[in-house]
Amino acid sequence: MATAVITPERENYLNQEYGIKSWLLTVDHKRIALLYLVSITFFFFIGGFFALLIRLELLTPAGDLVQADTYNKLFTMHGQVMIFFFLIPSIPAVLGNFLVPLMIGAKDLAFPRINLLSWYLYIIAGVLMLHCICTGGVDTGWTFYTPFSTAFSNTKVVEAGVAIFIAGFSSILTGLNFVVTIHRMRAPGMTWSRLPLFIWAHYATSIIQLLGTPVLAITLLLVVFERLFHLGIFDPTRGGDPLLFQHLFWFYSHPAVYIMILPAMAVESEVVACFTRKRIFGYHFVAMSSIAIAVFGFLVWAHHMFVAGISLYSALIFSALSYLVAVPSAIKVFNWTATMYKGSITFTTPMLYAFGFIGLFTMGGLTGLFLAALGIDVHVTDTYFIIAHFHYIMVGGAVMGYLGGLHFWWPKISGRMYPEWLGKFAALIVFLGFNLTFFPQFILGYMGMPRRYWQYPPEFQVLNVLSTAGSTILAVGYVLPMVYFLWSMRYGKIADDNPWGAAGLEWQTTSPPPTFNFDVPPVVTWEAYNYDQIPAPAEEVSVER
Amino acid sequence: MFDNLPLWPARASTGAGNVDALYIFLLLLSGFMCLAIFVMIVVFALRYRRQPGRAAEQIEGSTALEITWSVVPLGIFMVIFAWGAFIFFQERTPPRDASEVYVVAKQWMWKLEHVEGQREINELHVPVGRDVKLIMTSQDVIHSFYVPAFRIKQDVLPGRYTTAWFRATKPGVYHLFCAEYCGSQHSGMIGQVMVMEPAQYQAWLSGGSTSGSLASNGQSIFQQLGCVTCHRSDTQGRGPNLAGIFGKPVQLEDGRTVVADENYIRESILSPSAKVVKGFKPIMPVFQGLVSEEQLTELVAYVKSLSAAPSAGTKVQESKVQ
Repeated sequence: MATAVITPERENYLNQEYGIKSWLLTVDHKRIALLYLVSITFFFFIGGFFALLIRLELLTPAGDLVQADTYNKLFTMHGQVMIFFFLIPSIPAVLGNFLVPLMIGAKDLAFPRINLLSWYLYIIAGVLMLHCICTGGVDTGWTFYTPFSTAFSNTKVVEAGVAIFIAGFSSILTGLNFVVTIHRMRAPGMTWSRLPLFIWAHYATSIIQLLGTPVLAITLLLVVFERLFHLGIFDPTRGGDPLLFQHLFWFYSHPAVYIMILPAMAVESEVVACFTRKRIFGYHFVAMSSIAIAVFGFLVWAHHMFVAGISLYSALIFSALSYLVAVPSAIKVFNWTATMYKGSITFTTPMLYAFGFIGLFTMGGLTGLFLAALGIDVHVTDTYFIIAHFHYIMVGGAVMGYLGGLHFWWPKISGRMYPEWLGKFAALIVFLGFNLTFFPQFILGYMGMPRRYWQYPPEFQVLNVLSTAGSTILAVGYVLPMVYFLWSMRYGKIADDNPWGAAGLEWQTTSPPPTFNFDVPPVVTWEAYNYDQIPAPAEEVSVER
Repeated sequence: MFDNLPLWPARASTGAGNVDALYIFLLLLSGFMCLAIFVMIVVFALRYRRQPGRAAEQIEGSTALEITWSVVPLGIFMVIFAWGAFIFFQERTPPRDASEVYVVAKQWMWKLEHVEGQREINELHVPVGRDVKLIMTSQDVIHSFYVPAFRIKQDVLPGRYTTAWFRATKPGVYHLFCAEYCGSQHSGMIGQVMVMEPAQYQAWLSGGSTSGSLASNGQSIFQQLGCVTCHRSDTQGRGPNLAGIFGKPVQLEDGRTVVADENYIRESILSPSAKVVKGFKPIMPVFQGLVSEEQLTELVAYVKSLSAAPSAGTKVQESKVQ
């Protein structure tokens, strides 16, 4: 194991070439990962800015900060930007892009140029979305429900639809690349049952991206066509069916939740294994639960439609199926917890995020049980209860996973360490801010406050004030890592090749890795998470208390 | 202090208590699960924190444990499913003799019409203890009829009828929200449900001026539009006799059988050739765009009244009003 201090002159993927062209025309998966990192961070802060304006508006019951139409655009574009331009690409296109080839011992992804193409598609979609935002925006809600979107809205529905249509292809290409890479490019000896769980979860994610995203593309195209050419597909006055739209939309958009959360689970498995210094408890069950989530995830879409006008019996079936998809998620939580048993646990920044993830994801998952229960869903759907529920999954789960992963692999990505105490502090701020923002919303929802309300009855104010206060704390927690990551790129302590003493091929190459990842192509003769054979770091990692 | 911070919605219908019971059960169950996992994590994190001289103990896993923590939750989930489904079944099955209120939603208001003929905007007066069935449609986009105090919510769609029902138990004034985003003034599309003691309700009924019951208005539209020339009450008409058809199965020309419910009557008025009754020719003109949603509800109420002889429904009310 190479632990020699690396001098900055050593050649790696970051310093091999310089200049803007070397980045914009790169086909190196690690550089493309960084291109994605910069672009999705940009969109994250745009979406976050919208979120803050929403929370500020809701500080008082009256609609007083912005106009009603502006508010409607804010929550629409908050959703569209965060989902399609941040969460969907977040872990797969940044960490997955960087790590999938490294973890399986490959030189690059199977189709490096398609990988670059996927980033360009993302950028084209992003520019179009920004243009849409800057020239008036869109007010349909991120869900584009018809016939409002096709026959009533006066905003830029077509432009937003086309932007998301294009972003979808970027996502499909990433998924395609991962599937082929994982099948064809594993190093000698890297059998399926030796794959890190990160890879298993990304494999499951890619399957969903490949099978689900085309349906979203078709649906958005139909919306655009109906709007432009007045076809009667979804508009009942022209003989269409608005429920058909909802079926098609949720057929993608429910599995899309798993595109966001499975990669966070991928990170979770790696981080928990490393900082308990143990093989993940029930490796095969955790691996298969990812596949099970991907499969069952396609069978539950109509649970978004229990009050939409579907028949009693289809509601019963989709409610029962929704409980099935909860089982593999529960299996994962139990296995991560069991992994801690008799471990040797250290409390690093990534591990704090991992703890946070388990807690918040568990709460998000358990409140999912409420929503799958038909009688309760009728009352709480389309209220703040559901807002709280899916933010616990997608922000508490996916974003915590993303930040945890970013901290865990930052030494590998940048070759530098971030200040550990600041990392822990930010993790704590994020956790507290998150709960203060979203926990009151569960209560608001059961009280009956509907979502997408610009003004609301005064009895809901106290809880809304708490939520807004929390969101400002959360914002600080999100800005901090960006600041110290940037700082660390210049001033951070030089990172060892394997600062955490982690298993996994990515830690066996240098930090940052050379352009083709490994100087000597690796041959794998061990199981994943062979922590009994890897010495723990001599002293606690980067003790800078 | 809790005057400004209510943490539980009012409970004002027969169904609300059932929903709350399952909700409380789930709160306890998930609270227990959260606590169990939280305690385990804290105990493990402290007990097995890194200490010099002690290495982690590698454990492969345990199939018995995996099966346990898959099957036991699944069993609990199925109980929740059945409980939730039972409540839903009740919510979706209105009592047969419920009195009906027609709801037309539009950007951004609720128009409600009692069969007796009272019309209201953004207000619904109902007496305690009576089953009320809502028959709802939208004039434009999708809306959603939501009364938190009753724990009921139902999307209101353009081009078809959806229904919901409740029986209020507690006099008071409750929020009526639109819960499906419907454009600029979505958050302004709110109203009030006034639940009254039966005596007060009677006073309210007799106090308001009405312009005839729904069914009698429907009857005059039926005559104005000339429906009556074909849909005669004998068997000689060019269209089917409508007396007594509501709620009955109808044989169609293409061999199918449908139940003549509100949606069927609505469709047969707007696009008559969609489901033609066996033995008749598709000669009826299309009324799509020629009748408003209010006129449609009145026509539907009239056709229903032709079948309502035994129940305490429309006909009786009609004669009383006139």
